[in-house]
This record gives sequence, C-alpha cells and structure tokens, in this order.
Amino acid sequence: MPTEIYARMRARFAGQILEFDESTLNASIKLAPAVVAEVGRYLKDDADLQFNYLMCLSGVDYGAGKPLGVVYHLQSMTLTHQIVLKVELPRESPSVPSVALIWRTADWHEREVYDLFGIRFEEHPDLRRIFLPDDWEGHPLRKDYVVQEFYHDIRVPFPDLDPDRGTYVFGSPGGGKQS
Amino acid sequence: MADVGHRPQNPLVIDKVSELKEGELPPEGRYGDNILVTSVDKFLNWARLSSLWPMTFGLACCAIEMMATGASRYDLDRFGAGVFRPSPRQSDLMIVAGTVTIKMASRIKRLYAQMPAPKYVISMGSCATCGGPYWKHGYHVLKGVDQIVPVDVYVPGCPPRPESLMEGILKLQEKIKQEQTLQRKLAAIGRSEVKVPDFAQDHRSSGHDPHVPEGNKPS
Repeated sequence: MPTEIYARMRARFAGQILEFDESTLNASIKLAPAVVAEVGRYLKDDADLQFNYLMCLSGVDYGAGKPLGVVYHLQSMTLTHQIVLKVELPRESPSVPSVALIWRTADWHEREVYDLFGIRFEEHPDLRRIFLPDDWEGHPLRKDYVVQEFYHDIRVPFPDLDPDRGTYVFGSPGGGKQS
Repeated sequence: MADVGHRPQNPLVIDKVSELKEGELPPEGRYGDNILVTSVDKFLNWARLSSLWPMTFGLACCAIEMMATGASRYDLDRFGAGVFRPSPRQSDLMIVAGTVTIKMASRIKRLYAQMPAPKYVISMGSCATCGGPYWKHGYHVLKGVDQIVPVDVYVPGCPPRPESLMEGILKLQEKIKQEQTLQRKLAAIGRSEVKVPDFAQDHRSSGHDPHVPEGNKPS
C-alpha cells in the first residue's frame, strides 16, 4: 500500500521525504533530490518492498518561474506494488544523483532526460546526448527553449515568407542555396 | 559561343556558324546532331531508365508504402526498378522515404556521395520534401531534403500511395529519356571544358585540323 510505503520511508529518511499525494491515479512521494540514490537503493533492497523494476523515468518542466522535475515510476515484480517518486530541481543548474547503477535501465532514460531537459545526473556512467547531435545547442523540451537558427549551414526553422520575393528563402550563413 | 539572344533551341548544337565571333572555332558544329551520337545516347538512356536500382532507404512510414510498391501487389519490377540494394555503391536511385532528421542529414549527404554516377534522387512524401507535419515545431527535422542533395522528382503525399511512387519513378524515367550524355560531353570538348589530348590542340592551332571544314578555319 502506498501509505505503508510512505510510512516506512518516513521512518528511514526522516526530513528528506517531503510530501505524499494520494489524490492522483498513482500515489506519489516527493523527495529531496540529494537522497534519490539512497532511497532508490533502499527501495530495491528492502525485503518488504523489493522495487526491482524502474518502469519509467521522465523529466518535467513545470513552466516559467517554476522548477524542473524528475519522476520515477517504480514497480515490484515480486510483490506487485507500485509507487511514484518525484523530485524538483532548480531551473539554474538542475542536478540529481543518478540511479543508473541501481536500475540499469535508467542509463538511457537519464541520458534522454539530460538530452532534452539539460538535467545533470551525478555519477552517471556515460552522461551524453542520446538523440540529438553532440554539438546541438540547448535542450528542446524545456519551455524556455529557443531553437537555433543554423546547424552546420543547415537552416533549422522553416523559413518565413519573403514578401518581396514571394517565396520562402532558405539561406545559410555561408551564402548557400536559395530557392 | 554566340551570345544568349542568338542561342539556338538546343544549346548544345550551334549550326549557325555565321554567328560566331571572328577568330572563334565552331565549338561543336563538327559533331552536330548526328545519327550515331543521338542513337548511342538513346541507347544509354534506355539502359539506364530500364534498370534503376534503388537504395533501401526507408526513414519512416513512407518506407512502408515503398515496401508495398516493391511487393507483389504493385510489383515495381515491372518498371525494372525493383532491385532494392542495401549498399549505395550498387544503387543509382535514392528514394528518400520519410522524415529526415538533421542528425541524419549528414549521413544522407555521405550516402549520396557514395553512389556511383549517374545517380538520381526521389523525395518521397511531405516530410522529405518540406518537413511535412514537422515544418513548424520540429526542431530536429530537415525542412526539405533538397537542402542537402539534388532532387529529381518530388512525390507528394503523407505517405504517398504506391501508385504515386510508381508515377514518380515513371516521371524520373521520362526525365532520363531526355538526357544527352554523349552530346553534352562532345560539346564540352568543343568548348575546351574537357582537356583534350595535345595532338588535337596542335592540329587546331596550326590550322591543319582535318576535321574542321575549310570555310570555318580561323583567319
């Protein structure tokens, strides 16, 4: 039961477990970011909890003026119970301990969150972009993202209509193709 | 060569020798539109258009339609274009079937460079042609594959049905039918864009070129 899990975590990590929300479909527990890895290890190894499966790890941008977040969906395949963990991170220098060494599946999940939200996962074994090119600028799923104009002479946004010429102009900084 | 205003309909053949400036050799009048060259050109074109070897290059859902086009119901082999190759070295037609991401763009450029000439590109579907549904908010999508490789035929649709792709291939075949490979090459030799052996140069400069008719020799 989520309430039971919450009570156990409160007993173990006093002061670091911030909130419990049972109003949504999946009950969630908000943590202090610093203890994510310890809590994860505890949830996985404790004989009464056995959360041996990280179903999903996602990044969230809560909007302008609000923090970023990471959400962990955990399941115990043996005891068939679930819980959701949430952390909130400051928009400037968001950083959270990696759980890739606890659940190996988190390796690529965390790389994806890093790629698209710019959240750093400390002690991740191989933290680099997973989808976008390594030299891409910015993190596209952040709500304050501004797309870059050019990537290696390729225009990234669709060009605006040039009213003088009546056509769409694909220019490049090197004076490339125009059509 | 005569200036643009006097250019004959076929820019490769100058038959009005009188329009040449003084001291200028008739560049390709010697070769003209003769029976041998045009026939060899026709033969080359026929050989090329009858056996297009497309590269297996499915990027997204358009690839499903491309597979359907190649499969038994639509049977692309009827047009000699059904031999999908896994290697750019063996193919002469690239059907860009699907969404081209910007990360993929450099790979496409390289694959195109690896294809032996003559090579052709069909841009299949909205995504490859202009970015498709990702044209506005797709930060990762190339807005038209013609920004990186020259496209011969655009096939619209999202995705295009097999009939559309076959129409595109037929259009490409029509385009290949118009090519003038040999005539162009000979014309280029006439314009000295292609390096010719020294003995030919000697003949011409000394005024003893047996191939130039008497009246056309430089004064």
